[in-house]
Amino acid sequence: MSTATIVSLPDQSTARIPRMNFMSKEKGLLSWLLTGDHKRIAMLYLVSITFFFFIGGAMAGLIRLELLTPQSDLMATDTYNKVFSMHGIVMIFFFLVPSVPATIGNFLIPIMIGAKDLALPKINLLSWYLYMAAGMLGLYAMATGGVDTGWTFTTPLSTHYLNTNVITTGLAIFIAGFSSIFTGLNFIVTIHKMRCPGMTWFRLPLFVWSNYAASILMVLGTPVLAITLVLVVLERTAGIGVFDPAKGGDPLLFQHLFWFYSHPAVYIMILPGMGVISETVSTFSRKRVFGYTAVAFSSVAIAVFGFFVWAHHMFIMGISNYSMLVFSLLTMLVAVPSAIKIFNWAFTLYKGSITFETPMLYSFGFMGLFTIGGLTGVFLASSGTDIHLTETYFIVAHFHFVMVGGMLMAFLAGVHFWWPKMTGRMYPEKISQLAALVTFIGFNFTFFPQFILGTLGMPRRYATYPPEFQVLNVFSTAGATILGVGYLLPILYLTWSLKYGEIAGDNPWQATGLEWQIQSPPLTENFPAIPIMDHEAYDYEWLEGQKEKVASV
Amino acid sequence: MSHISPVLWQFLVKWLTNFALYPPQASKIAPQFDALYFFMVLVSLIGLTIVILLITSFSIMYRQKAHPVPVQIEGSTMLEATWTIIPLGLFLIMFVWGALIYFRVYTPPANAMNIYVVGKQWMWKAEHPGGQHEINSLHIPTGRAIQLTLISQDVFHSFSIPAFRVKREAIPGRYTTVWFEATTPGTYHLFCTQYCGTDHSHMIGDIVVLTPDDYKRWLATSTSGASLAQNGERLFASLSCTACHNARPDARGPNLANVYGSKLTLANGQSQLADEAFLRDAILNPSQHVTQGFAPIMPTYQGQVSEDGVIALVEYIKQLNSDYRIQQTTNTTSLLPENDGKATPTGQKPAGQGMVNQ
Amino acid sequence: MSDSQVVVHGAAEGAHHEHLPYQRHHFETYAQQSDATNFAMWLFLLTEVMFFGGLFTAYLIYRNWYYPAFVEASHQLDIFWGTANTAVLITSSFTMAMGVWCAEMKKQGALVLCLVLTFILGLGFLGIKTIEYKEKIEKHHVPGFHYSVQSFVNPSSDPEVHKKNPEDKPLPYDMARHTEIYFFLYFAMTGMHALHMIIGIALLGFMIVRARAGAYTTGHVTYVENFGLYWHFVDIIWIYLFPLLYLISRH
Repeated sequence: MSTATIVSLPDQSTARIPRMNFMSKEKGLLSWLLTGDHKRIAMLYLVSITFFFFIGGAMAGLIRLELLTPQSDLMATDTYNKVFSMHGIVMIFFFLVPSVPATIGNFLIPIMIGAKDLALPKINLLSWYLYMAAGMLGLYAMATGGVDTGWTFTTPLSTHYLNTNVITTGLAIFIAGFSSIFTGLNFIVTIHKMRCPGMTWFRLPLFVWSNYAASILMVLGTPVLAITLVLVVLERTAGIGVFDPAKGGDPLLFQHLFWFYSHPAVYIMILPGMGVISETVSTFSRKRVFGYTAVAFSSVAIAVFGFFVWAHHMFIMGISNYSMLVFSLLTMLVAVPSAIKIFNWAFTLYKGSITFETPMLYSFGFMGLFTIGGLTGVFLASSGTDIHLTETYFIVAHFHFVMVGGMLMAFLAGVHFWWPKMTGRMYPEKISQLAALVTFIGFNFTFFPQFILGTLGMPRRYATYPPEFQVLNVFSTAGATILGVGYLLPILYLTWSLKYGEIAGDNPWQATGLEWQIQSPPLTENFPAIPIMDHEAYDYEWLEGQKEKVASV
Repeated sequence: MSHISPVLWQFLVKWLTNFALYPPQASKIAPQFDALYFFMVLVSLIGLTIVILLITSFSIMYRQKAHPVPVQIEGSTMLEATWTIIPLGLFLIMFVWGALIYFRVYTPPANAMNIYVVGKQWMWKAEHPGGQHEINSLHIPTGRAIQLTLISQDVFHSFSIPAFRVKREAIPGRYTTVWFEATTPGTYHLFCTQYCGTDHSHMIGDIVVLTPDDYKRWLATSTSGASLAQNGERLFASLSCTACHNARPDARGPNLANVYGSKLTLANGQSQLADEAFLRDAILNPSQHVTQGFAPIMPTYQGQVSEDGVIALVEYIKQLNSDYRIQQTTNTTSLLPENDGKATPTGQKPAGQGMVNQ
Repeated sequence: MSDSQVVVHGAAEGAHHEHLPYQRHHFETYAQQSDATNFAMWLFLLTEVMFFGGLFTAYLIYRNWYYPAFVEASHQLDIFWGTANTAVLITSSFTMAMGVWCAEMKKQGALVLCLVLTFILGLGFLGIKTIEYKEKIEKHHVPGFHYSVQSFVNPSSDPEVHKKNPEDKPLPYDMARHTEIYFFLYFAMTGMHALHMIIGIALLGFMIVRARAGAYTTGHVTYVENFGLYWHFVDIIWIYLFPLLYLISRH
């Protein structure tokens, strides 16, 4: 590995964390719990989602352990069903959906557009409280018996055939949905109304664009999930039959309503991650993102097309041939903007001046794994191949490549990249590079065998399986162990760095975003005075000019 | 090799003997599926290789040491158009190719042999036209198109045969179909792939593909004495369907002879093809399917006939090809023990076919 | 900042804006603040449209499937109370609009009056809704709780409704039981709507107290304005519900 680096830190013997910053402004627990500061709320979110990530991760560990052998020997099938259901619910609604937007996005979007805060600070705090209330309710449901619907709540299974905490969990997701609606709404209003002078739409960092696209999906999709869950809860309590074929209801209506949210939800999860990659790839190759406009519009295109592909989850359920054609075609189309992004990032490297700090390593991991995740998505978009591959481990592997290989890698890239800005201190470089590598290797070990398992026909959500699938499952479990280490490492060294990390200074990466032109950690009001944006995004020549100006003073 | 631990050794042997990248090809559609699948794998590998090559070669060529001063490039419409249009073209090929296979899998040929499959928590019940029943297994011959008509008695299930590359959801309240033609005798996995509750992973079975001769032998040894249609006939009589559907000129219900496959005009003026789904619906929700010229007097049989019973009735109605057959049924009604229009309890039926509500 | 390499361009260095007392610190101008909160309200209403959209979709599908059941079930609704409620709600929208105008004109007394009137009309709407619900409960038309199809299988057992709709024929049982889906949608849609009304009325109560203290007549009208938007939206939902549930099957 090349030791060349762009990191330039202030002289450690004299440097200090600025005395006035958003963390030191007020002390005490209450000052955090009642804060309106988007940065503090982001920190609250960061701690909470990490907590839920490890709960979901523990569930994943249990799943992999159970699947070590073909029999259900570690736990009964019922327990296994609960574990994978809770794994899905926790990871999707309490980790992936809020992950990048609510933490990194919350912290940075106002700064990136040159505003003092999000437009609606109280709503922002409210959304965290809703998230926590939902999370606690979810944990309560888990502690008092759990739920075994799968995260998809398929009717009539969830409404008439299970005796677990479906209502409590449904309510938890309902509340979490409103948390996500409020975050999205806040972002859209902020991006529309709070940009500083000179910050035109096409000077916005691409991170803002992708979060904007994700916010549209949150605002328009989540309410449909909310009403669907209300119907499930009503059906369960009163048994009125709106999804029950025995009473004249249509269970496919549930599928339509559920996937109308839950497919766009996939883009809610991945789009903000794509935004992170645009920032890191540009910074570590010292170059403007190749084809800025195309990357910006591809985010919006994904958001728009993303709303019209939901029925591809129902190809084998007996939708009409015409719907199949339309939804299959549109799903193919939504793959194109993703391909555009991948190539544009790759070409951002072209003629750059590249260094390989941890965020960049995670970004490379993202690009590789997301490419695989995206391409295998095409296998499922093509209706003929979908018949055999859907509902098997192929689909499990596919969305883990996108969600874990893609989104989680991007999340870690983002956390490392902005860690110095958030805390004022650097993470330790060598060990974090190692962690990135371990994560990448562990991930491939865990999930690549699952593609083969799926092609061989192993169904998902099976507590027991035919013995010939064991070897690949053992590989997968072994990989999961490595992956687990890869995720524990950052927790350890990032916590360590809070006290012992090197002082980062304002702009350790020599990056161009507005967030890097202010102190780390930032002031409560972000900017001493509202900035004026007088250059394009990713303008490294402007940055050089600024340095010379300072030097000549 | 003695220094390798026995567990590890066993593991390696297991891997080497079972190693496969795709399941056996045991149906006519399987090679067609695999052709598309491997085409897509190939395209994906090429795409992935291009991305990896680009990233690694740029990373080496333009690393900071080798290329300290970056060259700012705005973008290139030509290049961007290239990587928009080429993937789009490839994706469209996959879309068309995939759709062709999809239509093939879900459009059964007219001469296919129909087997009914009922899914319930947590087993598969198959009803052969000859009256053979199977639970968690399905015996079929090679070289013959087999159509499955699927329905679920409770929640969503999914009938998946990886070796045939086919899969279809069994949905409560409506029939779905899938077909295949097996090519290689053997025993293959049957999985339920739609999560359906506690014992989802135990809702598995065997697909036993036999040569036509073996299949004949199997049919003969597993027969239960009465065909599916005969069971339906018995049920038809015992539910007193003949009171109205008796093919007499003054009958209160429409004549059911040759009704299957015909175009009906409903009371609301709509024209409707009488297929399996329609027959099922007309038994369970009669008032929505009143034939023109008849009063909506038929009671619903929802909750009185099990899905298996409905299947037997549908199969019986499908076989009705003359008024004479119905009159025969009518005549046998008087021979049956008295009943109140409900399904007869199992004990009263000679062969105990399990056709009634359980 | 000793280690600053780049100085952020400050807008109008040193200039300190004259802040209105009700302007939140993170906005540059009051216009920006009211613009942003207004926009947020519109977006929120958009999510509400999607929320109700799910129910409307279900309504359209099932109405198509079970048309006769939906027609006869809708005859059970009392068009008199429905119309009365529509009138009440439209009037409340008018008083609310007047309230916004009063706030803009800084007429404190008139504003309080308008809000109180809106509050009373809102309660009136809920009162009428309760009368209607009560009738449904008495007739066992609440889905899931001892639901009875008697009125549809045998219309003459329900002489009051039957007199008004003599052309209603007895429904066969298998169709009649689908009226349960109609009533489920009726309760889900009007119930969701009523829930929005209750939230609105609670907010109104809070606003009346604040308005009496003069909070909205200082030029800071955003709150009243946004609440007005919400109130009108709830009104509009009813304007869709009324014809779909009450009127569509009348002649």
